[in-house]
Amino acid sequence: MSTRIINFFESTGLSWLAPFVKLITGDNRGQQLNIIFKSLGIPLVAFALFLFFWDLSASRVNTSLGTLPGPTQVMEQAQGLVVEHNAEKEKEEAFYERQEKRNAAKLAKNPEAKVKWRNYNGRATYVDQIWTSLYTVFTGFLLASFIAIPIGIVCGLNQTVYSALDPLIQIFKPVSPLAWLPIVTMVVSAVYVSDDPMFAKSFVTSAITVTLCCLWPTLINTAVGVGSIDKDLINVSLVLRLSWFQKLTKVVLPSSIPMIFTGLRLSLGVGWMVLIAAEMLAQNPGLGKFVWDEFQNGSSNSLGRIMVAVLTIGFIGFILDRLMLTLQRRVSWDKSAILK
Amino acid sequence: MSSSYLSIEQVSIEFPTPKGPFKALDEVDLRIDKGEFISLIGHSGCGKSTVLNIVAGLYEATSGGVILDGKEVSEPGPERSVVFQNHSLLPWLTCYENVKLAVDTVFTKTMNRRERHDWIMHNLDLVHMTHAARKRPSEISGGMKQRIGIARALSMKPKVLLMDEPFGALDALTRSHLQDSLMEIQADLNNTVIMITHDVDEAVLLSDRIVMMTNGPEATVGEILNIELPRPRHRLALADDPTYNHYRAQVLSFLHERHSKPEAA
Ligand SMILES: Nc1ncnc2c1ncn2[C@@H]1O[C@H](COP(=O)(O)OP(=O)(O)O)[C@@H](O)[C@H]1O
Ligand SMILES: [Mg+2]
Repeated sequence: MSTRIINFFESTGLSWLAPFVKLITGDNRGQQLNIIFKSLGIPLVAFALFLFFWDLSASRVNTSLGTLPGPTQVMEQAQGLVVEHNAEKEKEEAFYERQEKRNAAKLAKNPEAKVKWRNYNGRATYVDQIWTSLYTVFTGFLLASFIAIPIGIVCGLNQTVYSALDPLIQIFKPVSPLAWLPIVTMVVSAVYVSDDPMFAKSFVTSAITVTLCCLWPTLINTAVGVGSIDKDLINVSLVLRLSWFQKLTKVVLPSSIPMIFTGLRLSLGVGWMVLIAAEMLAQNPGLGKFVWDEFQNGSSNSLGRIMVAVLTIGFIGFILDRLMLTLQRRVSWDKSAILK
Repeated sequence: MSSSYLSIEQVSIEFPTPKGPFKALDEVDLRIDKGEFISLIGHSGCGKSTVLNIVAGLYEATSGGVILDGKEVSEPGPERSVVFQNHSLLPWLTCYENVKLAVDTVFTKTMNRRERHDWIMHNLDLVHMTHAARKRPSEISGGMKQRIGIARALSMKPKVLLMDEPFGALDALTRSHLQDSLMEIQADLNNTVIMITHDVDEAVLLSDRIVMMTNGPEATVGEILNIELPRPRHRLALADDPTYNHYRAQVLSFLHERHSKPEAA
């Protein structure tokens, strides 16, 4: 049991939790305490120092909105945002309850009566914004992966295609999302016209911008992974006379999976960074818009709230990366490769 | 034309290089009977692998051709299975699955699932590797990997087994174990084999004939030595057998006196 827990922690990159399990199950306590101190104690001390210096220096910077918020104020703002979220959810529930009652009463009087069901149109809370951001980034990321992996495979298998696409890839790769955004916005407005759109335009714009920036790491890593397959393995597939499809599924894909996942992980990281910028400009409801709105708002709470957003963005970015790392370790046959 | 089982007929090959065509082989000519064990020996870079790759169908001869069992070789195929020097097992598959990939592709139509399983296990047993069936290549030693590579090649029931320095990367002790295993298997199955080696003892111990190649470029067959030692052969008994040592000396003199590598002098 404990080995299984430990393996789980190690495969998810939470290996610093493993010594705790060992401490509880009681193998070699002194050594485990030492490991815990090194893996957890030192980072904690560093973190405490960071908070201390943050607190010290923040109070000395005066802006038009007051001094920069320190850790305590940020904590307060974070609580405030959670309270707001809960209040909003209560309001929403109350709204649906009233509507339910009203309509039920109407129908009881006259079963033929037409009743209206409305959606609650409350303010998007901080938690809602987080979900929107996550939803948008994954949409953009998945779209990019569906495009980049097949193209990467073709590039890796065929030198001619690769030489043809290489200049394009090299030119588009370094383009900032902010440069893409106006073009994407115009194209989306022109092309995505419908009376009852399934997605908001701002969402489509942000997601496509994320896609455009997510494409490259996956594409390049897939191409390199597929291109660097051991020549002997290709010869094996020739001797076995594997069909084109069998060669792809039995040899090419498995052998390049580790590189593909390295690319995917980089892409998701890039996508998350790009998304915040895109949301700010595209006004897609999400963390980026939240930061922008608070900035425009300019109340005494704004800086604290923006700090909360900064920390949230960082933390979610970290979780996403761990998620991809775990996945990468799961699917990688090369267990000896050190994945960090 | 010829009645031999495998004939390599006037095979020449030119590789295009930036400095113009490079003629690696010039009219290599060789007839091999069914069940014969042939060693190709020669200095490194002379073109041994190229000969093997042409027989395998991985390279195409510029002129001349290879005829196996009455049919001209035009593409790679499982009836000419190859054991590569660096085992070339698929690292994400277990040993069993590596052999299974070969058996499943070659015998999809002719064997049912049960028969295929038995056939895979039989081949793993031939190379004494049933215990590692569930292990991945990264979990076993170099010698074991090479055994699995041989099992995979044998499992295709090849008409000719091609081995490119199969034991070249192994330490001496492991190498002698594998040579013994190979002799056992050969006594059982009596395959037609072409093996590349640069180990003189290995060549004399295993072969019916040793084909010595001249140095490249434009390498060709230099001399052919018939090894008329009775089988089964035992390395210990042969160590001070005069005939054995005579063969050894002949190969050495070919390699180091008459065709010594110019730049290696
Ligand atoms: N695909 C190729 N393209 C160009 N030159 C090649 C190619 N394959 C082999 N050669 C050349 O042919 C010669 C023989 O190579 P090889 O058959 O690998 O030698 P050996 O196996 O005897 O060490 C070498 O000089 C090598 O550089
Ligand atoms: Mg070679």
